[in-house]
Amino acid sequence: MTTTASLNQESETSSTSEQEHADHRLFGLISFLVADGMTFAGFFAAYLTFKAVNPLMPDAIYELELPLPTLNTVLLLISSATFHRAGKALDERNTRKCQTWLLLTAGLGIAFLASQMVEYFSLPFGLTDNLYASTFYALTGFHGLHVTLGAIMILIVWWQTRSPDGRITNLNKFPFEAAEIYWHFVDGIWVVLFIILYLL
Amino acid sequence: MSISLPPSLQEDPKTLQPTGWLRYLSFSLDHKVIGLQYLICGFLFYLIGGLLAGAIRIELSSPISDFLSRDVYNQVLTLHGTIMIFLWIVPVVNGAFGNYLIPFYVGARDMAFPRLNAVAFWLIPPAGLMLITSYFINGAAQSGWTAYPPLSITTPAAGQIVWILSVLLLGGSSIFGGINFIATILKLRRPGLKLMQLPMYCWAMLGTSILVVLSTPVLAGTLILLSFDIVAHTGFFNPTLGGNVIVYQHLFWFYSHPAVYIMVLPAFGLVSEILPVHARKPLFGYTTMVYSIMGIVVLGLVVWAHHMFTSGTPPWMRLFFTIATSFIAVPTGIKFFNWVATLWGGRISLNSAILFSCGFIVNFVLGGITGVALAQVPFDVHVHDTYFVVAHFHYIVYGGSVFVIFSSIYHWFPKFTGKMLNENLGKFHFVLTFIGFNLCFAPQHWLGLNGMPRRVAEYDPQFTLVNQISSFGALLMALSTLPFLWNIIYSSFKGKASGDNPWQALTAEWLTSSPPPIENWIGEAPLVKKPYGYGHQEKLQPSSKSINEDENS
Repeated sequence: MTTTASLNQESETSSTSEQEHADHRLFGLISFLVADGMTFAGFFAAYLTFKAVNPLMPDAIYELELPLPTLNTVLLLISSATFHRAGKALDERNTRKCQTWLLLTAGLGIAFLASQMVEYFSLPFGLTDNLYASTFYALTGFHGLHVTLGAIMILIVWWQTRSPDGRITNLNKFPFEAAEIYWHFVDGIWVVLFIILYLL
Repeated sequence: MSISLPPSLQEDPKTLQPTGWLRYLSFSLDHKVIGLQYLICGFLFYLIGGLLAGAIRIELSSPISDFLSRDVYNQVLTLHGTIMIFLWIVPVVNGAFGNYLIPFYVGARDMAFPRLNAVAFWLIPPAGLMLITSYFINGAAQSGWTAYPPLSITTPAAGQIVWILSVLLLGGSSIFGGINFIATILKLRRPGLKLMQLPMYCWAMLGTSILVVLSTPVLAGTLILLSFDIVAHTGFFNPTLGGNVIVYQHLFWFYSHPAVYIMVLPAFGLVSEILPVHARKPLFGYTTMVYSIMGIVVLGLVVWAHHMFTSGTPPWMRLFFTIATSFIAVPTGIKFFNWVATLWGGRISLNSAILFSCGFIVNFVLGGITGVALAQVPFDVHVHDTYFVVAHFHYIVYGGSVFVIFSSIYHWFPKFTGKMLNENLGKFHFVLTFIGFNLCFAPQHWLGLNGMPRRVAEYDPQFTLVNQISSFGALLMALSTLPFLWNIIYSSFKGKASGDNPWQALTAEWLTSSPPPIENWIGEAPLVKKPYGYGHQEKLQPSSKSINEDENS
């Protein structure tokens, strides 16, 4: 990752006094995402087991429509790219460009959530209809919660790049990087979810 | 990279903390304060859990349910299990000693994320209080600490939901703690200190934290699904709605088997610290100990279904999990022999700390043997859900972990307070605990083999006498708490001054004053490359910083 590399270069030049210590927050965040990923792994395992051993009644089987979730996948993948562009702009100290890319990323995230809502309302089954329906809503809902949190994080980061006291600059970009890693993680989970839930 | 905080935050937060005993009630960021917060809070919950255990044993002194009604018995049983596991052993062997000792061992002034650390602790008291008050309001959960559906779905919902929320909070606390330990051990090591020079407790905590981070989230996810079943009437685990209870069991045990190692691996680490000090010998087989811990971590993640041999698991699954479980005896056995070899030929000072550690070794090997027996399907099918399992489990978590907690308190009390505990009271405590514990739980093996089911308030009258023997043992265990409590309270105020290093120990926490200053060391942290270098010097001078360095130069 280019962003981390530039940070490492910086650490070699900066002096470490007694008060300052190395920043391990990204390491902590990644450990947390491992844990978060295990929650999803548990859900996926439950879904696949249900599917393997609990056959549904024929009238409960419903083929999911693919266009909308495919659009959702594309939206999220593009949003990962736009976040990356925002990071590049931040490295180039082009704050205005960075803010534009950030807003675009958040917008794509919100578009994803809206499109997910449209899908929810067009589905012929509700939360408690059958085991499959419950698992579908639990998995997509839990992921949607992550997207919501991610979009809020991006908007906070966007707000902080606007503040004049330099909360986020190319030299102090932990909040930015944290949001970016989290966002890529949520996108990655969606790809797995899309394959398991819609394609398998 | 270093953190450059905005000017408003650059003030050192520690200078704003209250001092004296009040800091133990504050949102302190000092790892030593947080460690003792965990210990004291955990011990208070242990007393409550112990009273509940007493109520269970009084009830079981007679074959009919006379002391507690059946509903209340189920609630007491559930609360006892949940409190002892999630509010006493897990927070104390991990949170209390981990927070206090790990920064010393890696040569750091605090944990990697002090604020997260304080958050992790302060999740515990509300979770515990919530759980206990649920008993007085709508009745606590009744489905045991496993909360198996459909039982947990059909029993009164309010108590079960509170139980789920409480366990979710405690799980979150545990995950935050685990992330903190991994970051501290891997990232905050003093320059020049290699991983293979760390004291064994660091390795144990690293392995435990890996298990916490990998398995606790699965329990959290499962409990969220279970709460949907209760509140929203979905059917994940409800067979009448097409759900599957076995999936719950798999997901639950994917956490809760590693949870046994989360309770016992740190205890292994603590024993490995205590034995060399009091036997004046290096820890035997350091490298094999490290590989054993990591072996247990890996195997611990793939043995969960041995709790489900009677749940209709297919034969291939039984075979796999029997073999994997039996394999765990190998690394565990290696550790056992290493501890014995550490004691062998040592100049053992037979004080309370080492007595409890030796008690641990004896109890744990008994629990380990019944564990290997339970891993065998034909035997397990015979004794499943009987008192044999109860006996096995308590030999591991009480005879194992709790004995180590007491041993550690005797060992580190001088470090915490600068005062010595009374040795005579300590030995009296040990004798009462050891006899009481074995009298309480050894007969339960017999009860289980003869078919007394667990978790039931009533039983066949033929078991009455043995149950009364067991209850008498429980009474001794309850009484054994009194000399301990008196010892702690009396010695905190009027104990003999211990000096900085009463045990002449070499690990880093003793190479500073007792109790330590706020950032652990005045001046630079010592570089301890040989934490177990006992018996090499004519005269031990652990207070001088250079002994470890001299040896290596």
